[in-house]
Amino acid sequence: MAEALDLLYRDIVMDHFRNPRGRKQLAEPDIRNQGQNPVCGDEISVAIKLDEDIVEDISVECMGCTISVASGSMLAEAIKGKSLGQVKVIASAVKALIKGETPPEMEMGDLEALAGVKNFPVRIKCALLSWTTLIDGIEALESGKPVRLTSTE
Amino acid sequence: MRIGEKKEQPVAGIRTETALSFNPNKVKGDFPIFARQVHGKRLVYLDNAATTQKPDSVIKCLEDYYRNYNANVHRGLHALAEEATAAMEASRAKVASYIGGVKAQEIIFTRNATEAINIVAYSWGRKRVKRGDVIVLTEMEHHANLVPWIILARETGAELRYIPITDEGYLNLDSIGKIIAPGTKLVAVTQMSNVLGTINPVKEIVALAHERGAAALVDAAQSIPHMPVDVKELDADFVAFSAHKMLGPTGIGILYGRERLLDAMEPFIYGGEMIREVRYDSATWNELPWKFEAGTPNIAGAIAFAPALDYLTGLGMENVRRHEMELTSYALGRLSQCNSIRVFGPRSVEDRGGAIAFIDKDIHPHDLATILDSQGIAIRAGHHCAQPLMRKLGVTATARASFYIYNTKEDVDTLIEALEAARRFFGHG
Repeated sequence: MAEALDLLYRDIVMDHFRNPRGRKQLAEPDIRNQGQNPVCGDEISVAIKLDEDIVEDISVECMGCTISVASGSMLAEAIKGKSLGQVKVIASAVKALIKGETPPEMEMGDLEALAGVKNFPVRIKCALLSWTTLIDGIEALESGKPVRLTSTE
Repeated sequence: MRIGEKKEQPVAGIRTETALSFNPNKVKGDFPIFARQVHGKRLVYLDNAATTQKPDSVIKCLEDYYRNYNANVHRGLHALAEEATAAMEASRAKVASYIGGVKAQEIIFTRNATEAINIVAYSWGRKRVKRGDVIVLTEMEHHANLVPWIILARETGAELRYIPITDEGYLNLDSIGKIIAPGTKLVAVTQMSNVLGTINPVKEIVALAHERGAAALVDAAQSIPHMPVDVKELDADFVAFSAHKMLGPTGIGILYGRERLLDAMEPFIYGGEMIREVRYDSATWNELPWKFEAGTPNIAGAIAFAPALDYLTGLGMENVRRHEMELTSYALGRLSQCNSIRVFGPRSVEDRGGAIAFIDKDIHPHDLATILDSQGIAIRAGHHCAQPLMRKLGVTATARASFYIYNTKEDVDTLIEALEAARRFFGHG
């Protein structure tokens, strides 16, 4: 159990929690979505500024536990400069990683550290909150439908 | 005694017999679950406000029903049906006597306290509450005693008013005379907060409600399991609580309703069991309590609530209350020595039950719960189905430890040690 805890709260995760990347306001974003995890009360706000199809800048403001904040911070770092198509690929790889499935072969960097979540089923929603909120926001932009508050319940 | 006056909260005043106190370690022995380990550690179960563990007698009673007299109730003309019906009705009578000697027909078996409150919101509320009427709640209600009234108000155009809370977690009764104004139709209030632990002066609130011509509903889901409660003395019109929070099975709740009011209400759910006569174009209702128990009920659950009540009666609810006050006092004392911990709710154990919500200023409740779980300690972390209250307290979530009859000071010590270990783990040691 102690080992699993150390895997969950790896130094990389703690660093992202203590110094979250992308915590800032973004003026006139092209994508904006809010998410919440009703079970634990975590709340997140994701905003993206696009240059054509490329993520030019991103803001992630998360009020939550170590895992949801760290995951959101890693997201901010991982998707900057990527196309929306690439973002979706990364998101599904992260999802697989967190759920203990085999993610597609790709360079994941800090995101690898989220693999420790798979041993804690009740924490999967925490780790997914930012990613689900982001993908819902992208899909809303693409479909032209108004975005709904994302919930990971 | 008028509302708003400073008063001594009765710790217990209903059953006066002075039974011997009990040994929680011995109690633990009656609960098979404590034989198991969690993550290789002794189970320290501190999530009793969510649900309690079950004694052997309750588990055996459930099994006995399915093994020996499983049958549908109230209609079979055979031995098994007769036995099942008798056991279920005996359990109903036991509940009626347990909460202060009300009539058995005033006890409705529901799925849980939430369903009990919804029956009142639909069957009573939809008929009695009109546009402009006032429904009074408190700022510390559980979603179960909030959402049904929010929806009723939305549908009818009634106005919701809230009795505010003080910084210490008490109801602020200063303007209660204005809040429960003439024209108020219903006052719905929790007797014990599931977050703050606060025990509210419901008897006085009920009396004021009645003075104003309003009906009064008491959410007793957290109080009846932990202290002597006499429904007759409270004089409430409706009382809701759940069996699973007091040693009983899940899927069984109780609605107590004043007979006169229940009689005048239409059923909530329609179907079998609750009818007297059905024609192709009409139907008439069975009498109380079955009018409100459509369809095959949770027979096993209802029957096995009886040994749960027997167990508590055997300990004596005075003793249960005293035991929890001792534990709560001990826990509050130890928590107050942790500089990083902030505890919510009243400091005086006379005014509160054994649910203690707290936060560590450096560790999110969710992370705390994960670390504690790794030590075999079960607590709750989240908003405790009281989001408006969380907002009021200025937090998104809290941790919560809640006690029951099998908890010991050693459990509290284990909790405190684990809280300290969590700080070391996250580098705040």
